[in-house]
Amino acid sequence: MLRKEPDITPALVAEHGLKPDEYARILALIGRTPTFTELGIFSAMWNEHCSYKSSRLHLRKLPTKAPWVIQGPGENAGVIDIGDGLACVFKMESHNHPSFIEPYQGAATGVGGILRDVFTMGARPVACLNLLRFGSPEHAKTRHLVSGVVAGIGGYGNSFGVPTVGGSVNFHTRYDGNILVNAMAVGIARTDEIFYAKATGIGRPIVYLGSKTGRDGIHGATMASAAFEANAEEKRPTVQVGDPFSEKLLLEASLEIMAKGCVVAIQDMGAAGLTSSAVEMGAKGDLGVELDLDKVPCREPGMTAYEMMLSESQERMLMVLWPEKEAEAEAIFRKWGLDFAVIGKTTDTLRFVVKHQGETKVDLPIKELGDEAPLYDRPHVSTPQQAVLAASSVNPPVSTATALLQLIGSPDMCSKRWVWEQYDHLILGNTVQRPGGDAAVIRIGDGPKGLALCTDVTQRYCEADPVQGGRQAVAEAWRNITATGATPLALTDNLNFGNPERPEIMGQFVDCLRGIGEAASALDFPIVSGNVSLYNETQGRGILPTPSIGGVGLIDDVAKSVGVAFARDGDAIILVGDTSGWLGQSMYLWQVCGREEGAPPPVDLVAERRNGDSVRALILSGHVNACHDLSDGGLAIALAEMAMAGCIGAAIDPAPAAVPAHAYWFGEDQARYILASAPQDAQDILDALAKAGAPAVRIGTTGGDSLQLGADAPISIAELASSHEGWLPKFMRGETTI
Amino acid sequence: MRAAVLLFPGLNREGDAMRALEQASGVKPTLVWHAEHDLPSGTDLVVVPGGFSYGDYLRCGAIAGRANIMHAVRAHAERGGLVLGICNGFQILCESGLLPGVLMRNKDLRFVCRMQHLRVERNDTPFTNRYSRQQIIKVCVAHGEGNYVADPETIARLEGEGRVAFRYSDANGELGGEANCNGSINDIAGVYSERMNVLGMMPHSENLIDPMMGGIDGRGLFESLVHAPARAA
Repeated sequence: MLRKEPDITPALVAEHGLKPDEYARILALIGRTPTFTELGIFSAMWNEHCSYKSSRLHLRKLPTKAPWVIQGPGENAGVIDIGDGLACVFKMESHNHPSFIEPYQGAATGVGGILRDVFTMGARPVACLNLLRFGSPEHAKTRHLVSGVVAGIGGYGNSFGVPTVGGSVNFHTRYDGNILVNAMAVGIARTDEIFYAKATGIGRPIVYLGSKTGRDGIHGATMASAAFEANAEEKRPTVQVGDPFSEKLLLEASLEIMAKGCVVAIQDMGAAGLTSSAVEMGAKGDLGVELDLDKVPCREPGMTAYEMMLSESQERMLMVLWPEKEAEAEAIFRKWGLDFAVIGKTTDTLRFVVKHQGETKVDLPIKELGDEAPLYDRPHVSTPQQAVLAASSVNPPVSTATALLQLIGSPDMCSKRWVWEQYDHLILGNTVQRPGGDAAVIRIGDGPKGLALCTDVTQRYCEADPVQGGRQAVAEAWRNITATGATPLALTDNLNFGNPERPEIMGQFVDCLRGIGEAASALDFPIVSGNVSLYNETQGRGILPTPSIGGVGLIDDVAKSVGVAFARDGDAIILVGDTSGWLGQSMYLWQVCGREEGAPPPVDLVAERRNGDSVRALILSGHVNACHDLSDGGLAIALAEMAMAGCIGAAIDPAPAAVPAHAYWFGEDQARYILASAPQDAQDILDALAKAGAPAVRIGTTGGDSLQLGADAPISIAELASSHEGWLPKFMRGETTI
Repeated sequence: MRAAVLLFPGLNREGDAMRALEQASGVKPTLVWHAEHDLPSGTDLVVVPGGFSYGDYLRCGAIAGRANIMHAVRAHAERGGLVLGICNGFQILCESGLLPGVLMRNKDLRFVCRMQHLRVERNDTPFTNRYSRQQIIKVCVAHGEGNYVADPETIARLEGEGRVAFRYSDANGELGGEANCNGSINDIAGVYSERMNVLGMMPHSENLIDPMMGGIDGRGLFESLVHAPARAA
């Protein structure tokens, strides 16, 4: 017996996250009251997560093109040409709200979703990365969230069989009620075998593949488009449950039918499930779509049209197949033990029609569902400029050695080994540079080419000055890739912000995007895919603005790549880039002095480009034995990391007279690198840098088992490592809070 | 050497194992689907690679251990044929009864992926003839359930018969403590069958076959197999 559907009332409309003016827009569009299922569909298609209604206007301004870009934003993932007939397919996406509510499953399905985006385009995933932001270590939930999220990312990626090779983990009280879980996946495809969502041809079968549809995740995307109140945990039933085993089968089966030439168009069922995937395939191909829900494989009986259309059950795909290949495709899916059902067809009506048990539940104009989604030019105000903090106005509270030991063992700067040892980062046997360095480097197949991959953002810079913060996030990703010897090619972004209906938050968004765009243009580092996550706010308090950048670079021969570890005793240490001793918004100021203030370091994009291009050329010439970019914690932290990684110490000259010592060691001026080279090559390297106009100076020599900074007492590597490796395991065992 | 690599749904290191086998032998191994009833004729070595067979949602390896193809693998082993199980493959061999014992959750209840030193206990087997006795090698581990457990009688028998293949150690060959990554009894990382023709091991030697990826200590396992006399009837 059919259940009676609820009447459409203003309260029901509001429950669906639709504003009165948005509902009026629906009425005007279809000329009648929507059915209950149609209301659900509008809610799913017009929420912030799916429609980008607050962000679209600004995203259009980003640079997305370059000769090597095959597919920019708008498809499941971005695609770039990496030569030899191969393409790199990648994207980053957030699963913030689900991961706060149910950390293991939220994070796991975040990984599952982004992997699906990549293999939907015909690419075999070869690496995952992530960017995680947790609340203050003192917050009661932080330990539980770290534990669950890390286990969830590992649980999914390890089982699926893709190495998780890099990432970033930070803590700040502004994420207490709204953590960030951004997952990135990278795949390799043949440039002539890339698949898209655009359906073609009338009367072709629309096929449902993968796992069965259940009642999980209904309105997940709507949840992701609202701010959290105090009762966030009550939203647990909207979180999906991941099944990496099914996803692995789906991967193998999908790639097999693609290789056999069965597929016209393919779209994974992610946010807003069947609704979003079907509408997208039809709308992109200027076709109508007719679905018969009686054919949809369901996990439980009695599911309504509303539930089926809005379910976010995982590990599902929608495809349009060549009719003559249908039987072959079905046999492949059956071999892998997966569901395969023809649930509809393409039509020439440009209508989205859904039938269930003999009734038409939905009859909507298909293109307008996406195209006519609301578009807002929300009011925005810029963050007031902060005063530049003079280094001389910051009194060092402790000695350089004490500050270094404290910083290197602080929550943001400490080793994240406890995290990445739970991720299989070695499967596939191609991981050249492992987690813990600047960027990961993976070999492509049997080589010699490789990809350099990283994720970055410095949220405290973005909070203090969104334009500089946006620039810095892109510049740091570009630098991290450069420091391995690879050429940065393109990036994916994951824009995590608070409530866009607040002008100051919208201002952060607009200005960060401006900074990102400026840096991406100047560095020839276009944005090819991305995701926007707004409403990251709990009880009225927004997160720090966090535009995560996932960078991809290419190196022609992985044997030429270098890591951060000091490689030999007696190597010359060269500092590239200008050091003014910028302490505003630095890690030193925050962690050692207890102050979060001042303007962040400015990002000179001309200097970035010049210094980075020079450093990369030197690495590729084979004369650099180790390279590290300078970022959080400045020079002293970078030197300590290089010493610990190589178990080789160094003696460094004192700070120059013009810069206060603590600002020299811990300032965060941008566009800087440290190189180590054989002593006999040092002068040639300095000459080459001088010729390119890149400031550079030899600052010391590697050797011994301790790090000596100027006239300070040497710090043994063992002591550094003990502080660096100590904090996170202790914190997770509950033995320490800060 | 003709090698057959088994493929159960959910395994994911079959490519890594095949790459290592091909590098050592110059011959591409045959991939055998789990629903098959027979091994390719002339198979010298069966490799059960790592991964998460059937998602490992039940006990690890429990479903695969009872799959069709395992009857053929048992018969192959009874004929004296060589069988190598790595990680999930080790768990599958234990579940199928080809090897004693069971792999429990790691002692700290977390998945662990890291470089790992092993001590090669003996070098007079088809799997280790290219190593020296008590050699310390560096390979890697990647598992959540590698904590080898068996009853005291079984452990005593394995030790007495010299059937422990590898033990977790540190770089200097010291056993115990942090060097034991999962809590296995007696630091056991791999065990042989009674006739020494079946080896199950948790570490991934197949991922340490290239200097660029951290070392080549894993090659010895596959090169040993290539040089082992074929024993299958």
